Amino acid sequence: MNQRLSANIHGWLLLLPAAALLALFTHYPTAATVWQSFRSTPKGSRPSVFIGLDNYATMLDDPIFWKSVVNNLIYAAGTIPTSIALALLMAVWVNQNLAGRGFLRMAYFTPTMLPMIAVANIWLFFYTPDYGLIDQVLKLFGRGGYNWLGTKDTALWCIIVMTVWKEAGFFMIFYLAALQQIPPSLAEAASLEGASRWYFFRRVVFPLLMPTTLFVLINAVINSFRLVDHVLAITRGGPDNATSLLLFYLWETAFKFWDTGYGAALTVVLLVLLGAFALGQYFYFDRRVHYR
Amino acid sequence: MSFISVRGLKLALAGGALLGMASTQPSAALAQNLSFYYPVAVGGPITKLIDALASDFEKENPGIKIKPVYTGSYQDTIAKTLTALRGGEPPHFAVILSTDMYTLIDEEAIVAYEDMVKTDADKAWLKSFFPGFMENSQTGGKTWGIPFQRSTVVLYWNKELFKEAGLNPDKPPATWAEMLDYAKKLTKKGSTGNVTQWGVQVPSSGFPYWLFQGFTTENDVRLMNAAGTETYYDKPAVIEALQFWVDLSRKHQVHPPGIVEWGTTPKDFFEKKIAMMWTTTGNLTNVRANAKFDFGVAMLPANKRRGSPTGGGNFYVFKKSSPAEREAAVKFAKWATQPERAAQWGIDTGYVAVTAAAWDTPKMKAYVAGFPAAAVARDQLPHAVAELSTHENQRVTRALDDGLQAALTGTKTPEQAMTDAQREAERILKPYRR
Repeated sequence: MNQRLSANIHGWLLLLPAAALLALFTHYPTAATVWQSFRSTPKGSRPSVFIGLDNYATMLDDPIFWKSVVNNLIYAAGTIPTSIALALLMAVWVNQNLAGRGFLRMAYFTPTMLPMIAVANIWLFFYTPDYGLIDQVLKLFGRGGYNWLGTKDTALWCIIVMTVWKEAGFFMIFYLAALQQIPPSLAEAASLEGASRWYFFRRVVFPLLMPTTLFVLINAVINSFRLVDHVLAITRGGPDNATSLLLFYLWETAFKFWDTGYGAALTVVLLVLLGAFALGQYFYFDRRVHYR
Repeated sequence: MSFISVRGLKLALAGGALLGMASTQPSAALAQNLSFYYPVAVGGPITKLIDALASDFEKENPGIKIKPVYTGSYQDTIAKTLTALRGGEPPHFAVILSTDMYTLIDEEAIVAYEDMVKTDADKAWLKSFFPGFMENSQTGGKTWGIPFQRSTVVLYWNKELFKEAGLNPDKPPATWAEMLDYAKKLTKKGSTGNVTQWGVQVPSSGFPYWLFQGFTTENDVRLMNAAGTETYYDKPAVIEALQFWVDLSRKHQVHPPGIVEWGTTPKDFFEKKIAMMWTTTGNLTNVRANAKFDFGVAMLPANKRRGSPTGGGNFYVFKKSSPAEREAAVKFAKWATQPERAAQWGIDTGYVAVTAAAWDTPKMKAYVAGFPAAAVARDQLPHAVAELSTHENQRVTRALDDGLQAALTGTKTPEQAMTDAQREAERILKPYRR
């Protein structure tokens, strides 16, 4: 009995440092955010007061909030499947025995190593009308002069393309690692059985990659809601909120408008949304994933 | 979430400070140690200039130590200041946008200069600045900011392209009609019908309201009242001004379509993609260094009158400070705006020297004689008005920005866009009218 107690205490003591840090930097802020979302924003001598669900009611009537939600969904739908498919394609490609393989792998991975702000500035130049890279190429075909970032219909897509370019290389690394784990004997067996390469990929390789796909998918979903540095650097949410994403709007509300109460409410919405996605992915997809 | 974790972090840091650094505190009582936040918003070695300013001041004023803290852009600076304020440790003084005045007052963060200055010489100092700059620095009969790095909007034109188009290269457009007429002559199309050179460009990304104020002031209408509690976005003259801007690209096709990036506008000018541009005087040194052709600088063209908004940053002194610290901060602001220093600062950076006396210094006179374009901003100052600034400033200007971008991209008519913007501003400002 005494021994079990001391083992228990021992265990808890070992957990304490990590638990304390988590509590201080993750759990306390989360709880405080939820609490603040029910309170008004303090201003000078006017302290914050309890206002119940007022911040959430404001949100329902806030067109920019809804615009940001819709933008974010388009952004997620535009970036997640494309970057994962591209990552898989690149991984399969550089997994083969070909000359300059190391160089190719590095080239694909380079965008991931660059800081987001640097990437954003590079792409800002690509998209510049007239003398930007894209317009210069278009000019060879007698077109160009197109204001990519300054037009509502194209601005969000410009950001989506840039994100896919940046993310695909990162996901490729995971796929590449997973591909190398697949024993070559499977491929040999399949070719003995006369299976085509596509059939082998579809029925053997792809199912074996499922755990990686799940992991990458969760990361991609979180990233699509979590990364806004490039929006800040490229368009600042404009033109007329066409590229405002949820987290960008949250940042703007909390740190530009200094409406911390409303900012907290937006944070709670984002947390709930991400939590729901993560749970859904774990409970739904996890059952379909084949772990070895 | 992160703004709360900042508080958590502060808590942790305070804990660390209690444990480790408690012993260092008493020794600081002798000298005045002032922390000073400042932003960098234009090109050039600004941080070096500021450090030199601080060390020169320390040499002349032993007993006062200035600790300049570079805090990023204007936006970052106000963010860091307000975060520090909520953490209980704001800087002693800072350079922050003149338009953040109401925000800082509402946060009860700053002290009015009238409550700090005592001598007649100091009171005269408060009156020594160009009135155009003081509009954004005073409200409710008190002075809250001292102009330091200030600017206005001017028109730059490419003299070579003017010559090519058969225009007099030394005569900039003086009116809207002239600007439109010149722009039509300066717009060139390639063989396939796409435009290779635009007549004029007014950037509209980020903070279009500032350049828009050029149009509205010239159309003789104000966007807000002096108390910062009302906006007039939907007045007919405002809509008319926006219609003119929109027509430049949509109707006359002499201005690039859509939203034009602020940051690449000078580059467009250097690349001869545009023949005329509207941008800040703060770009003067940049254009002088990079334009490979003869260029001119002029006041913005007039419609009903001349006009431009002012812009840039002021010195603010923070409330959470001892009387001795406030005195030292005022002393620094006064020292940095002395005619010679203000003149040198203007020459080094391209900002408009903030007092008339600074323009009368021999150094400035010699500079203007060699580079007359530098004086255009000063000459425009009598026509200049305060930059748009109200309570809840960021939100109220954002409503206008959204409206402007909607009209410029063609999603709304100017009238619809301004009516919507005004409705939004009304909603935000209502609580401040009581």
